[in-house]
Amino acid sequence: MSIKIGSVSKNFGQFAALKDVSLTVPSGELVALLGPSGSGKTTLLRIIAGLEAPDQGQIFFDGVETTNSHVRERQVGFVFQHYALFRHMTVFDNIAFGLTVKPRRERPGKAQIREKVFELLKLIQLEQLADRYPAQLSGGQRQRVALARALAVAPKVLLLDEPFGALDAKVRAELRRWLRRLHDEIHVTSVFVTHDQEEALEVADRIVVMNQGQIEQEGTPTQVYDHPATPFVFSFLGNVNLFHGRGTAGEVQAAVEPVPAVGYVRSHDIEVERQLSDPTAVRATVRYVQTVGPLVRVELALADTGAALEAELSREVADRLDLQVGEEVYVRPRKVTVFAEDYQI
Amino acid sequence: MHVAGGLKKTKSTKQGRGLGEPALVRWLLIAVTIGFLALFLLVPLAAVFSQALEKGWETYLAALHEPDTLAAIKLTLLTATISVPLNLVFGVVAAWGIAKFDFPGKSFLITLIDLPFSVSPVVSGLIYVLLFGLQGWLGPWLQAHDLKIIFAVPGIVLATIFVTFPFVARELIPLMEAQGREEEEAALTLGASGLQTFLRVTLPNIKWGILYGVILCNARAMGEFGAVSVVSGHVRGSTNTIPLQVEILYNEYNFAAAFAVASLLALLALVTLVVKTVAEWKVRQELANN
Amino acid sequence: MSRFRKTHSVLPGFGPALGYTIFYLSIIVLIPLSALVFKSATLTWPQFLAAVASPRVVASYRVTFGAALLAAGINALFGVLVAWVLVRYRFAGKRLFDALVDLPFALPTAVAGITLATVYSNNGWIGRHLEAHGIKVAFTPLGILVAMTFIGLPFVVRTVQPVLEELDAEIEEAAACLGANRFQTFWRVLFPTMLPAVLTGFALAFARAVGEYGSVIFIAGNMPMVSEITPLLIITKLEQYDYAGATAIASVMLVVSFFLLLTINLLQKWSRRFAE
Repeated sequence: MSIKIGSVSKNFGQFAALKDVSLTVPSGELVALLGPSGSGKTTLLRIIAGLEAPDQGQIFFDGVETTNSHVRERQVGFVFQHYALFRHMTVFDNIAFGLTVKPRRERPGKAQIREKVFELLKLIQLEQLADRYPAQLSGGQRQRVALARALAVAPKVLLLDEPFGALDAKVRAELRRWLRRLHDEIHVTSVFVTHDQEEALEVADRIVVMNQGQIEQEGTPTQVYDHPATPFVFSFLGNVNLFHGRGTAGEVQAAVEPVPAVGYVRSHDIEVERQLSDPTAVRATVRYVQTVGPLVRVELALADTGAALEAELSREVADRLDLQVGEEVYVRPRKVTVFAEDYQI
Repeated sequence: MHVAGGLKKTKSTKQGRGLGEPALVRWLLIAVTIGFLALFLLVPLAAVFSQALEKGWETYLAALHEPDTLAAIKLTLLTATISVPLNLVFGVVAAWGIAKFDFPGKSFLITLIDLPFSVSPVVSGLIYVLLFGLQGWLGPWLQAHDLKIIFAVPGIVLATIFVTFPFVARELIPLMEAQGREEEEAALTLGASGLQTFLRVTLPNIKWGILYGVILCNARAMGEFGAVSVVSGHVRGSTNTIPLQVEILYNEYNFAAAFAVASLLALLALVTLVVKTVAEWKVRQELANN
Repeated sequence: MSRFRKTHSVLPGFGPALGYTIFYLSIIVLIPLSALVFKSATLTWPQFLAAVASPRVVASYRVTFGAALLAAGINALFGVLVAWVLVRYRFAGKRLFDALVDLPFALPTAVAGITLATVYSNNGWIGRHLEAHGIKVAFTPLGILVAMTFIGLPFVVRTVQPVLEELDAEIEEAAACLGANRFQTFWRVLFPTMLPAVLTGFALAFARAVGEYGSVIFIAGNMPMVSEITPLLIITKLEQYDYAGATAIASVMLVVSFFLLLTINLLQKWSRRFAE
């Protein structure tokens, strides 16, 4: 089922959480709402669910307006940030809850409920733990139970609020891949909120980058990463170096912009060389070299302005260069994206 | 009762729409609640003062100036002055030993400290009669040495200490447990002595909790009736506390005087509630600062 | 005490603090209470039975425990309501009512006793209106119920309130997302969460009501076999210098107190069962 959000605004007192946001989520896709805290992503998710009412604008599910329908009638599955499992119920009862509260004539029989719950338990690989209480589960297990509980009512839309936020790094990585595979299996239209760009890039079909209550950019992960529309998107999706003004670095100089411009360069797009091999390279001094796992991070200072710069080299390249602190080198941005100076990050 | 246990920082719950009750249900529930509380709490409270002043200010003041009443007030103040500090010291010491250290039998010890709360006041008085009364364990010895505890002031003080025994400890134990021992450990690593640590780190952290416990302890000490009634002997002007004086006046059908004296205790209760509310608020802050 | 010192805490004063605690506890509470146990142990079994199971005493148990049970029930019902309204809704005077809930803790029982007796007497503020409908409260067992309800009122409110305050809004939202209506959410999700606190408050209110003396005797009428509570019977026996009888009944009450205290502790443990 597709979701259409038409010009939605929402204020909390003086604070504008969403400013005229429009968005379409195609049927069957897995979409990430990505942004820093306070960007309005959770509010948007809650408005889609019907947990929050928009001040203005409409929500359509498959072209049918649902703006005023109650959360109970929307048939959305919602996975909460802290899971919101019912702690006095077993895993089984948690998952069965949505089925057992259905009106009597729609409610499946006991045997059917049991069958459905065990089908879901199998899906989340927790068949053994049906009789446990939430307090007896690990974070990752709770997360999966919350997901199964949301799926039990066969929702038309699955909404997840920071689904991996409370987990440690390793479990998070596993669950991400699992969610991706799960979505490929069941293909329910899904929207999840995250502040972690890696998570969005790895899991989502489409990414919607939000900032200060507005959508900065939407597109496939490759689109937003390779062609960021704004400086905000650029800097939110990875490490960045800024080249200010004209006459410092290559493309900024080349850019025929009448206004002062800023060049944005990713750390891994900076080449460090001993010899001047290209006219766009500039001189810099090595300040600090640090090996971080497979990468080597080099802090540099530009010779003319003294501005700080960070380059990420592969171990191989770094070993070959064998950089020493204090030595003078040439740096060359491989790829620069230019935005006019008055853009604010 | 004990604040610290349940009071963590209250989350501001953002209630979305459609999750509350319909307005009609809401107002109905509020109305029933206010009705219930007004009927059971406000009406009796108002009645105390209304009855006390029914015959005018002069009768009211005269009732309070009566020598037996003044003697009762004095005895009540004396009793509180002895029992509250003793239980305060106990409360702080016990809380230090229990909240800042781990040892087997800890929860059993806490249960024992709570015990006087669940014992009937009458039984609380009775046990001292059995110990110190004429037919009690120490009765003959006390009589031989011309010491009187039961039907005298010491008995009243002892019974009061018993019934107010848990108040301070009960407030401080959960509060100090919630605060942990990191700050004290930090003070020790910075070279503070044990006493300095207690006075300059622990005490400031629990001062409102202490006030909270003391104010409740004091209210009960001044207002205790059942236990004191058993050990007092009801001698006018000498072994009557304020609550006992109220009883005597009431049983003599001297209602105006009875309620006049009772109004003193009701005022004490109101002051207690105000101080308690403030202290509770501060205890929440003490916990939130962690 | 060093035997107890399992963890190597660097904080000083454990030995003296625990030593003083146990010393003071023994002097004030344990030794006097043991006097009760030893005194009742001097009775022979038939003597003991005659003291604790005579018809008048049994009638007093019935009155005391019956009224206490009912009062605790009323307090459980209204306690949940009051806690719910104080936590969930906004209304004028909310803070005042919240503070006022503790009045029965702060108001001396004798004052509560004479006031309730006056208010519910047949020409009192409330009693007058009840009298018109043929309901007598003061000097009847109903009066005992009123007094016990009054003194037990804060317990359930104060145990349930923090549970409701800490309840995550997400829990209710989750239930609503899964299609539960408001009543189903309350009955199947919120109430089970509150239940341990409600039962704890119920037990506390019951324990308090069973032992209560001051606020009850003024309103009770104190008719043997009808409206005489057990604590009063202990005092009556004492006044008749029947120490053995008083002690026997008191030991029964003490056992009940112990049992209730144990129940309350178990309830509190149970309420932590699902805590993370």
